[in-house]
Parts: sequence; C-alpha cells; structure tokens
Amino acid sequence: MNLRDKLQIAGLTDTGKVRRRNEDSIGYDSVLGLLVLADGMGGHLGGEVASSMTVDTIIEEVQTHLPAIGSGQVDSATGFSLESICIQDAIELANDRVYRKSAEGPELRGMGTTVVTLLFYDNRLSLAHIGDSRCYRMRGGQMEQLTKDHSLMQELIDRGFYTPEEARKSLNKNLVTKALGIDPTVSADLQEDLVLKGDIYLLCSDGLTDLIEDDEISLTITEFSDNLEEAAKQLITKANQNGGKDNISVILCRVKEDFSESKGWFKKLIEWF
Amino acid sequence: MVAKLVMTSSAGERQEYPLTKETTTLGRKPGNDIQIDNLSVSGKHAQVITILEDSFLEDLGSTNGTYVNGKLIKKHALEHGDRITLGKFQLVYENEGAAEGDFEQTMIIRPGEAGMPEQAGDKEIDRSVQKINAALQSENAAASASSTEGKEACLQLLSGANAGKELVLKKALTTIGQPGVQVAAITRRPQGFFLIHVDGGPNNTVPKVAGSPIGSNAHRLNDHDIIEVAGVKMEFYTR
Repeated sequence: MNLRDKLQIAGLTDTGKVRRRNEDSIGYDSVLGLLVLADGMGGHLGGEVASSMTVDTIIEEVQTHLPAIGSGQVDSATGFSLESICIQDAIELANDRVYRKSAEGPELRGMGTTVVTLLFYDNRLSLAHIGDSRCYRMRGGQMEQLTKDHSLMQELIDRGFYTPEEARKSLNKNLVTKALGIDPTVSADLQEDLVLKGDIYLLCSDGLTDLIEDDEISLTITEFSDNLEEAAKQLITKANQNGGKDNISVILCRVKEDFSESKGWFKKLIEWF
Repeated sequence: MVAKLVMTSSAGERQEYPLTKETTTLGRKPGNDIQIDNLSVSGKHAQVITILEDSFLEDLGSTNGTYVNGKLIKKHALEHGDRITLGKFQLVYENEGAAEGDFEQTMIIRPGEAGMPEQAGDKEIDRSVQKINAALQSENAAASASSTEGKEACLQLLSGANAGKELVLKKALTTIGQPGVQVAAITRRPQGFFLIHVDGGPNNTVPKVAGSPIGSNAHRLNDHDIIEVAGVKMEFYTR
C-alpha cells in the first residue's frame, strides 16, 4: 500500500554549534512508510561513512524486499511479522557492510553507528534500534519513549545508581554498550505495536535529548503538530540554543489516516475472546 | 586524574586510596581493598564502583549502615567532597573531574577489544573500558538467568464464558479485547511483555492490572499479574 497520503513525515539534521562535521544521517521513504536515523561515531572520518551507509542500505533493502511480502503473516519461529524480519535482515546487512568497510583504511577503523528505524504497515509498526538514538510516541497528548537506550547510563539507571534526571548530569553520558558496524554480527532490539490515527512519532539522536528535556520536546511537538517541518526546525533551534554540543537529528511522523491492509481490520483484531 | 578516597586520622595523617579498580571494596576483613580493622565496620561493608570519571558507592548490607554527608544510603553516585561514614570512620571522596569536552562525543564500549575508537587516544579510557565491560557482562549473565528469555508467556482467562482457556503469547504483538468495547495490545520487548491501552471504547475504559488502571504508557507485565480488559479477567504468567 502506498502510504504517502496516510503519513506526514518531516526530517532535519544539523551539525550543531560545536562539532566540525555532521556524523548523523537520516532518511525516509514516504511511500513505504519507512524512517531511518543513525548517529555515527569512531574513526577519524568513519562516523559519517558508517551512518550514511547504514541509512542507505536499510532503505534500499526494504525497498527491494518489502513489496513482495504479503501482509498479516507471522514468522512462526520468532513470533515477529514478516515485515519486522525484513527490517531485521536489512539491519544485519548494514552491519556487515559497515564492518567490512571499516577494515578498508586506518581512518575508518573503529567506526560504528547507532540506528533507529520505524516501518509502518497495516495499522501497525515495527521498531528496531541499536544504541542510544531513540523513538518516542505522542498519543493523546502524552509522550512515551518506546526504545530503551543501549548505554552505560541506562545500565546504571536500571541498577538503581541514578535516576534519569541524575544521569543527565553525568560526564559519562555518551557511552553506548551496543553499536552497529563494530562486530561481525549484531542484534537489534525489535518490537511491534498498533498504530492509531493521530499518533505522532519522533526519531532522534542523543544530540536532541541531551540538550532538551522531554517536557519541552513534547510541548514543541504539540504546538506544531500540524506543521511538522516547523516542529523539526524548532527542536533543532532549541537544541542549538542550549549549546548545540553534538550533531542533532530528528524525524517526525504523524499518522493522518488509518492504513489497514484489509477492510475487516477490527474483525482481525478479535484474536481471542 | 584518578578519583580517590581520603581518610584523615585523628592525628591529622592523610591516607589516600586511589580508585583505580572498577570495584573497590571496604570492610573489616582482610581481602578488602580498603581494610578498616574495627568492630564498628562490617566484614564486607561497602564497595565503590568506578566507571571512567564517575564513582558509585553501594552499601553491602552492613550492620551499621553507610552514610554520605550524614544520610543513610543504599546506592549513591559520588560527588567531589562527599563525606562517607562507615561505622566510626570517615572518608572523603575526591575527584576534581575530567575535561568535559572529552566526553561529549558518543563512544562505544567494545566488548573484548583492546582499544577504543581512534579519537580516544587515552590509555586511561582504554583500560577502564575493558573493565566496565567485564563488569556489565557478568551482571547481564546473572540478570538473564531470571529474565523471560527462553520462557513461554501465557494468558489464561479467569472469568467469562471461556474461563480456563489458555493462550500462549507466541507473537511479538497480540491484540486482545472487543472492538467497540475496549482494545488492548500486548507487545514483546527485550525487557519483557508490555500491556498497552489502545482503544477505550465509548466509556474510555483503560485496562487494569492488579485492579488499577494502567495509564496511557506501556505497562510492564510481571509473572502472575491479573489483567482486566473489556470486563474479562485473565492472568499473565511465564513458564
């Protein structure tokens, strides 16, 4: 199904005020309903290469394989939809490419990237991520973080040493415990959920969330929910006003219409009962 | 710049303990990194976990407790100047801190590898990174033993015409409820299973867990939670 009229998407990436280069990459395909964001790191030049290679590979792979996938099917071994498996495969391929590329030169050695990717289909979503780039959802005026960071800070929060507020003040803020491209194999966190008309999704790199509190992000999105391009600009501007210490990237997506594959969507919902 | 604990004796002598290991133990028994041979201190009293520039103090179930700046703590993120009290003894945590610029950039903790990305260029970081990872990996191994991985998650109806019926949650996303009345979703994430309110129907009813409405955010389900959706009660369990 062509989702171009069902979803409104806006994306923006900015070098920020301190860094000399932008190692974040973003990309999306509005027909397929696919959003990808990556925050590159490591190597002298590697960050940009790792993140852009990852975004390009995932989009290409999904463009190639998704159309052939019949909707409503589940992989019995894992319980994931075939659409989720498609995303998972694309991420694995991206990992393979970045990992191999990193061996090609000293300036690329050690490069890696975070990645967060969202795919919409049949009133559902598949969400995959590695690292500390995040996905949030706004629904009914409430904002919720859907991904859990693969970061040292999150580990410490989980173990009770920090509250999330205290973690923001720590100097060890930006250590990720998982990344794409640094090992021969990788496993992304993968989840599925139902999507409702009116939902707004935000993918962002830590350059945003390290500099703006969640409340302010939420208010900005609510204020500009009808104009996502402006919302994206506002978020970047505010992050820069707060120091712009890192690259800042956002992709926003608002669900304008239902996009179920078949007419009897609600009928399909009666799984049980 | 290594962080340290400093004990000043009543005679005014300063004893410094640099925090160079990822775990520094304090207690009365020999074998502790900082041995304080006094009955007011427990055999294994407390430990300090050091991760790059930050240190964290944790009480190990001591008899007299561990205090920071006069307050009893279980776990505490240490700040420069904090006064730690164990029994009759006091130590001060000193850490002038690193140049903040070094840590703005996202860096990877690479499992099992000797080095960090080229940019780091700092031997201290290299060494610490290896240790953090070892600590995290062993903790994760312990944690996953008790996680839901490898276990089956199920729902069993407790009320209604189909009471006793069981559903194994095989899919990453399971929808439950009655359209037009109430719909909820159970989604499987790496951390476990989460119940999400989707549609409250005409009365805006929200699913309940253990009798309380769950709110708009995803609610993590624990073994044996009783869920209520569309007036039907069911139990979530793993086996």
